[in-house]
Amino acid sequence: MENNVVLTMRGITMTFPGVRALDNVDFTLRKGEIHALMGENGAGKSTLIKCLTGINAFEAGEIHVEGIQGPVVNHSTLDAQKKGISTVYQEVNLCPNLSVAENLFIGREPKTKFGTIDWKAMVKRSKEIMAGLDMNIDVTQNLEEYSLALQQMIAIARAVDMDCKVLILDEPTSSLDDNEVEKLFGLMRSLRDKGVGIIFVTHFLEQVYAVCDRITVLRNGQLVGEYPIAELPRVKLVAAMMGKDFDDLASIKSDESPVFSDEDLLIDAKGMSHRGTIKPFDLEIHKGEVVGLTGLLGSGRSELARVIYGADKNQTGTLKVKGKEVKINNPIDAMNLGMGLLPDDRKAEGIIADLSVRENIILALQAKRGIFSLLSMKEQNALADKFIDMLQIKTASRETLIRQLSGGNQQKVILGRWLATNPEFLILDEPTRGIDIGTKTEIQKLVLQLAKEGKGVIFISSEIEEMLRTCSKMAVLRDGAKVGEITENLTQETVMKAIAGGDQNE
Amino acid sequence: MKKKINSNTLLLLITIALFLVMYAAGCIIYKDKGFTHLQTFLNIFINNSGLLCVAAGMTCVMLTGGIDISVGALIAMDCMFLSVGMERWEMNALVLCALVLIIGIVFGLVQGFCVAYLNIQPFIVTMAGMFFARGMTAVICTDQVSITKNEFFVKLANAKINIPFGAYTNRKGVLQIPFVRYPVMIALIVIIVIFLMLRYTKFGRSLYAVGGSETSASMMGLDVKKTKLKAYMLSSFVCSIGGICFCLNTMSGSVRQALGLEMDAISSAVIGGTLLTGGVGNVIGTLFGVMINGTISTLVKTNGKLLSSWSNIAVAALLCFFIVLQSVFAKLKDRNK
Repeated sequence: MENNVVLTMRGITMTFPGVRALDNVDFTLRKGEIHALMGENGAGKSTLIKCLTGINAFEAGEIHVEGIQGPVVNHSTLDAQKKGISTVYQEVNLCPNLSVAENLFIGREPKTKFGTIDWKAMVKRSKEIMAGLDMNIDVTQNLEEYSLALQQMIAIARAVDMDCKVLILDEPTSSLDDNEVEKLFGLMRSLRDKGVGIIFVTHFLEQVYAVCDRITVLRNGQLVGEYPIAELPRVKLVAAMMGKDFDDLASIKSDESPVFSDEDLLIDAKGMSHRGTIKPFDLEIHKGEVVGLTGLLGSGRSELARVIYGADKNQTGTLKVKGKEVKINNPIDAMNLGMGLLPDDRKAEGIIADLSVRENIILALQAKRGIFSLLSMKEQNALADKFIDMLQIKTASRETLIRQLSGGNQQKVILGRWLATNPEFLILDEPTRGIDIGTKTEIQKLVLQLAKEGKGVIFISSEIEEMLRTCSKMAVLRDGAKVGEITENLTQETVMKAIAGGDQNE
Repeated sequence: MKKKINSNTLLLLITIALFLVMYAAGCIIYKDKGFTHLQTFLNIFINNSGLLCVAAGMTCVMLTGGIDISVGALIAMDCMFLSVGMERWEMNALVLCALVLIIGIVFGLVQGFCVAYLNIQPFIVTMAGMFFARGMTAVICTDQVSITKNEFFVKLANAKINIPFGAYTNRKGVLQIPFVRYPVMIALIVIIVIFLMLRYTKFGRSLYAVGGSETSASMMGLDVKKTKLKAYMLSSFVCSIGGICFCLNTMSGSVRQALGLEMDAISSAVIGGTLLTGGVGNVIGTLFGVMINGTISTLVKTNGKLLSSWSNIAVAALLCFFIVLQSVFAKLKDRNK
């Protein structure tokens, strides 16, 4: 064993019902390095992390932590924390109803000499911690008063403050914008220099190359290998993750841009708005057209889509669907007009964790048909099988509970749910967030396939490249208003400029 | 930095304001019926000392997102046990009180274990507890038993603690000195202890954390199951203290005692700003919730002509008002994001 090693995991094996989640996986973390843990959805990254932090129990294998004699088995997150292993998860795991200071200190509150909580000291130290991260916020306010991005930073601040030897960051950047990501990286680097070993789980290849020293790749629950970053160029990394050669992503869209006539006009929004979220906007979507909504995080991308769909009430202007003026009061109206919305927060708005894959798939169709026209079990099974097959959802069976599926596969199930209603117009809000590159390509291809079948699609994503590959038109949003449209000359540069607000295309 | 008023603080302020307005209105309308005397105010505490304890415990359970509907029946069982113990078995009052408290802890332990470790719905568990306690009350004795023999207990129940101010002379020219009774002191101590516990102890804050998000709480290293178990134990324990207060007030035990008291406790907590979904609430709010409940029934009683059921209707209206208010605030919060 090298003497600067802080954590070793050897031969970790664990099984979920029907799935071998981890098979004899090794992992080594050294002091003062940022180590990326890469792999597609279902490769076993999260499971490995959960074995380490005591959320999942593993069947075989050993974990050794520097400074602790003998193999380590954690039974809870608390156990792991006591041994110097802190974790920040993709979803913010803090309590929204408590103050920022409490969220930083809960479970290890400073005490007065009477053994009671010393609020003064807690607030003072919280202020110091947040100031140390360049965040001067009121730490006595409840956490729910702050944006998701800030909450994420607070979660990291909590982990960092706990004198950890091993810091695990599980998809911490999915809800942060570029500025915040940069700030986080700065923090990660300074922690690395202090000798903390950091495990960084992410889907963003760019970020791996920006900040990591070493990469461990998993595939289907097995270890592919451990590489220093310099020895693993991007293409090789992707190949290692997918187990096949890199499918050239750029080639999925045909180059000629389609021409649309007014007869094909599917959605015609004029001056629609919702107070406080999106200012009045116009938007036209034709049959067979993929329209991208782009802009910074919080610029009103999702909000615009929500107004069209009726999830937020339209307060001004009109909406014409196929030339007919309609009034949408709630999502059911929208569904009856042939619309579907794939929400961006799949944990809160999308999946119903305790229902099976089949039930999650038929949900929207059943709601559309109403309670008096139940789908027979035979129809349900046929539908479920169709979409499991078509979307290549990795599940033990159609009756498996959806929460046992990995994130990307959950996303596919929800996509299947809306495809089952056979919509003419689909809104996909961040359909590829937090899922691996192989599935991303599949979803992108599917979007283009849907457009080819004559459906209209709104595609929202934070990744411009991905939108360039799929969209034929992009609407640009800034600060809750639509500020422009780009139809020709779609390149990374033009889009970035439009978002930033320099010269805009006409 | 300017301090914003939190919407939960605002809810509490509204509750307090409502109580003051209601009481002031009573003072103006029923001035000649003695509503303005300090004693009327103190009577609210005297009549509701048991409820105060129960509601304080209920608040702790509701903070975790749970509920405890067994408390009314548990009080009936406590009262019956005390009454029969003193009258028929002629046992020492203090020993009986200690036994009642122990029974409360064990009762809460079983309920808490079922909720926390067996993952059963709190409503179902405590409903079973409710049937059990009500049934046990009848098993102990089916008659109404009054406490008359136990000198110590009778003395304790009749003892007045005089208040040094607010004395007045009534129409007959007799000096009336305002007083409270021992149960009031017990209830106030319970409220204060629970207030301090919620604010200044790790367990207290854990209750909020668990109610805010169970997953997050466990991820942050809190023992969610143990916290829940303790919450139910605390509720039943405090409820038993309330049972002793209740018994000191009524000096009897009967099968139908404290029927629906659990609902009074829940409504007091909700009016006081505790959310049924957990994570938000405060025992001070609950105190005012109980006082609002008490004021309403005092107003109805003082009026004399109104059917006592009108106080139920008033409570119903208030509950609606507060629930609507809470959801409006929640909506506003979402919009601000």
